[in-house]
Amino acid sequence: MERHNNLWRNAVALPAVSRVAVCGGTHGNELAGVYLVRERLKRRGADGTEPVSVVTVMSNPRATQLCVRYVETDLNRCFTQAMLSTPVSEASPYEMIRSQELNALLGPKGSGQAVDLLCDLHNTTANMGLCLITYSDRDWICLHICKHLQREMASTPVRYVHFDIPLNEAYSLDSVGKHGFAMEIGPQPHGVVRSAIFSAMQEGVQLMLDWICQFNSGTLFEGGWVDVYTTVKNIDYPRDPETHEITAAVHPDLQDRDFCLLHPGDPMFLSFSGETLRYKGKEALYPFFINEGAYYEKGIALSLARKKRVEIPSVHSETLR
Amino acid sequence: MYLIGSGQQDDPGLEDEMALAFLPALARMAVCGGTHGNELSGVYVVQEMERQQKEKGEGAWPIPVTTVLSNPRAVKECRRYIDTDMNRCFNRATLSSPITESSPYEVRRAQELNNLLGPKGSTDATDMICDLHNTTSNMGLTLIHYTSSDWVSLHICRYLQTKITKVPVRVLVLDFPINDAYNLESVSKHGFTLEIGPQPHGVVRADIYIIMKEAVDLTIDWIHKFNSGTVFEGGDVEAFKFIKSVDYPRDPEARTLTASIHPQLQDRDFCLLKQGDPLFFTFSGKTVKYEEEETLHPFFINEAAYYEKGIAFHLAKKLTLTIPAVQVQKD
Repeated sequence: MERHNNLWRNAVALPAVSRVAVCGGTHGNELAGVYLVRERLKRRGADGTEPVSVVTVMSNPRATQLCVRYVETDLNRCFTQAMLSTPVSEASPYEMIRSQELNALLGPKGSGQAVDLLCDLHNTTANMGLCLITYSDRDWICLHICKHLQREMASTPVRYVHFDIPLNEAYSLDSVGKHGFAMEIGPQPHGVVRSAIFSAMQEGVQLMLDWICQFNSGTLFEGGWVDVYTTVKNIDYPRDPETHEITAAVHPDLQDRDFCLLHPGDPMFLSFSGETLRYKGKEALYPFFINEGAYYEKGIALSLARKKRVEIPSVHSETLR
Repeated sequence: MYLIGSGQQDDPGLEDEMALAFLPALARMAVCGGTHGNELSGVYVVQEMERQQKEKGEGAWPIPVTTVLSNPRAVKECRRYIDTDMNRCFNRATLSSPITESSPYEVRRAQELNNLLGPKGSTDATDMICDLHNTTSNMGLTLIHYTSSDWVSLHICRYLQTKITKVPVRVLVLDFPINDAYNLESVSKHGFTLEIGPQPHGVVRADIYIIMKEAVDLTIDWIHKFNSGTVFEGGDVEAFKFIKSVDYPRDPEARTLTASIHPQLQDRDFCLLKQGDPLFFTFSGKTVKYEEEETLHPFFINEAAYYEKGIAFHLAKKLTLTIPAVQVQKD
């Protein structure tokens, strides 16, 4: 009883997460999210999801139709405040127009009308398991949801990735909601839907909604800690100085070893002529997004992160009690 | 008893005497990458071979090898194709169709490649094309040829099977008449598609690249040995013959998928598929089973590029091809 009262006394009260958006097809060829959104839209109204209202959105319908990442420009880079307030015309890239439509529907970003939580569904060719990727390392709602998924998802590793970018420079769709994250699952080739990956995503979304319902109903979620991976830098492929073509692939010893500590001197790349190139950094870091297909054109072979343990408080919603 | 032949299995009298077949030397070989612009192992094998050729000149390989980037525009954009799938453009009809301003880029390019490496069916055609491909399916190394009666290609397949042990090496024959064969490798006198997976399109994995490079090097090695007089013993080659394709369950109006490959079938290319085995798992959680009586072998299971072609997987029958011993014929 004593402990119970202490938990409540030390808990943080937060507003209910009343309106949730589940978005898929932000990249039209990341198919688990595309099919999950299609499935949810088919079932609209079938299940009562009180006390939370969920809007399900196909973010980039044209790219989804063509099964390409984007038609003119990467939609998931169009949500900075600057781009959202740039005047658009018919001549503007499709995704710029679409990002402003989505901002009107689910935002406006930074305002009181924005959805409480935006979950944006993505796939990666990297062996990352399930990652919640977000801009904050102290958003207790997102961190508690992560903890819940980690507890409940037995066969999928679940991790929390923090993009260390100031909020006014945040460029992705999930930054439109008051809380938000990308739910990134891999490995899956783009243009392919793998049953096990679809099921993991479906489970992740359901667990997230379950947590939110419980939270909104007044449940107290006990605090604890979560390992957070905070981005430090990206590393590009070695490239030919003239043609800019890559001259090496991710080394076999690094391939698929997302979130395994990379030490100075460890192999990073294997050139097409057989030479090993090693990690020259001074600090051991955690690699992820290792060999993501969509990042070749962005000049990223892998990203590197530091890991830290973040204490999270007990939380409950403000509405009851 | 010896035979001088074209290397075709329908040579009279061959069935009784699987002795030694004398075949012409393979003077010219082409290694083609980027026939699909986002299948990257081949693109980088060709890039590396071009670099080696610049560095070492004539001595790069023991036989003359031409390297070709088949679809440069698609490679530049890292797409399978620009207008139409180029690896469906090498049948007689497409190769002889008149080119106009509205002709698809790949039809033009196929005719260019036919002039460069063919003409298909003529004596001027290159002796060997090795066309490099990747698949998202778990197919290991699969050597694909449009015909089952080319002994040179089958001998090379057997050689690769004995030398490459890191991944399964299988032979797939399509048995199309030459005029209907639509893929690039059918342009040359002998040849095959070298298909390696699993690799996502638009990604190059070092382990897959290494196997592909090894397979190309071993092919060159076989040709050199053959041309130098080595006798390659005959025997049986286990092969898979394409029978038919199966599509995904689809929504009747939208044509979108209603199911994905069942987890128990995913990644199990060339396994035995029996009646009652699971095929698909719908997005709403139901299993769809294989209803047919005939036990067959699925392959190209969940290949990304085949969604638009209405193919979830192909089915094959396993068979045994018998090849004679071969030796180069002396002039």
